[in-house]
Amino acid sequence: MYASTQFFWRFTESSLDFMNSELFTLTYGALVTQLCKDYENDEEVNKQLDKILFAHALPVFPLGYNIGVRLIEDFLARSSVGRCQDFRETADVIAKVAFKMYLGITPSVTNWSPAGDEFSLILESNPLVDFVELPDNHSTLVYSNLLCGVLRGALEMVQMAVDVKFAQDSLRGDNVTEIRMKFIKRIEENLPAGDE
Amino acid sequence: MADDVLFEFLHMEMVSHIYKEQASRGEMDKDRATCVSALEGMGFRVGQGLIERFTKDSPSFKDDLDIMKFICKDFWINVFRKQIDNLRTNHQGTYVLQDNKFSLLTQLSSGKQYLEEAPKYLAYSCGLVRGALSNLGMDCVVTAEVSPMPSCKFQVVIQKI
Repeated sequence: MYASTQFFWRFTESSLDFMNSELFTLTYGALVTQLCKDYENDEEVNKQLDKILFAHALPVFPLGYNIGVRLIEDFLARSSVGRCQDFRETADVIAKVAFKMYLGITPSVTNWSPAGDEFSLILESNPLVDFVELPDNHSTLVYSNLLCGVLRGALEMVQMAVDVKFAQDSLRGDNVTEIRMKFIKRIEENLPAGDE
Repeated sequence: MADDVLFEFLHMEMVSHIYKEQASRGEMDKDRATCVSALEGMGFRVGQGLIERFTKDSPSFKDDLDIMKFICKDFWINVFRKQIDNLRTNHQGTYVLQDNKFSLLTQLSSGKQYLEEAPKYLAYSCGLVRGALSNLGMDCVVTAEVSPMPSCKFQVVIQKI
């Protein structure tokens, strides 16, 4: 009645990589689509992807942030970067090591503020938006907002409070995608991390 | 080229988000089914897309068994980084795919702990398989069962028209 079969296989290196990256990209797309269905407006979706604190704190479920606080551990375990001396070093590690490791791209670090507390990451290409087009009724959706949450969550785990947002978005018509990162302060005490 | 771990983290967050969402809306009774079907639906769309991209240059498959072998080998390797350990069929439209170390469950537990939570983490994958098969011309129902973790069996039942 039931027959059991075992297999051997062969596959090429390139086809393995090809499909893996698409799995993440397509899954992210399905998630954003689901969020757009669940919430009435793009603002709400943008919030869910990142996490923004408001004085009247409606409960928000911080997707990007939660991923960030875990991803940092994976990153520290797999890369061999030590403690960064200053924000400039942090910027370089983010662009040249972290982005390369997880998304296979190396954004450039530019537009430093005179005080050295703010910079931009310029992404020539954004893997999250392969195959994606924003429909007209979602023009305010910050599709890749997850990235902002991830960066904030990860840096908070290494005692840095930062503000991260998209300054330019190729999905919404700009030439490049620009993420603006601003150092707010060093987190001194051991605050319990995670959701409210 | 996105790293494997990104998908795993994203998947964990998605499951957690969908369930928290339902809990906060206070509809506790129908929430389980809705959550599972939301995750399964997402997996379905992604499975369809993935299989399209992956097989656009390959020759067509000879028959259903050929398709299932493809799912067990190439598809599973690409999505879950290993192949299916065991495939069984009754040659009448039912297939059971056994994965002894399912990548989305290895982080959860390696035994009986959290057994009741496992279905949440399998819904998306069931959808992936169903979506992939659907675009290959096979309409089916995909369910999964675990025992003990991280081993699980996906059951594919082809729907006769």
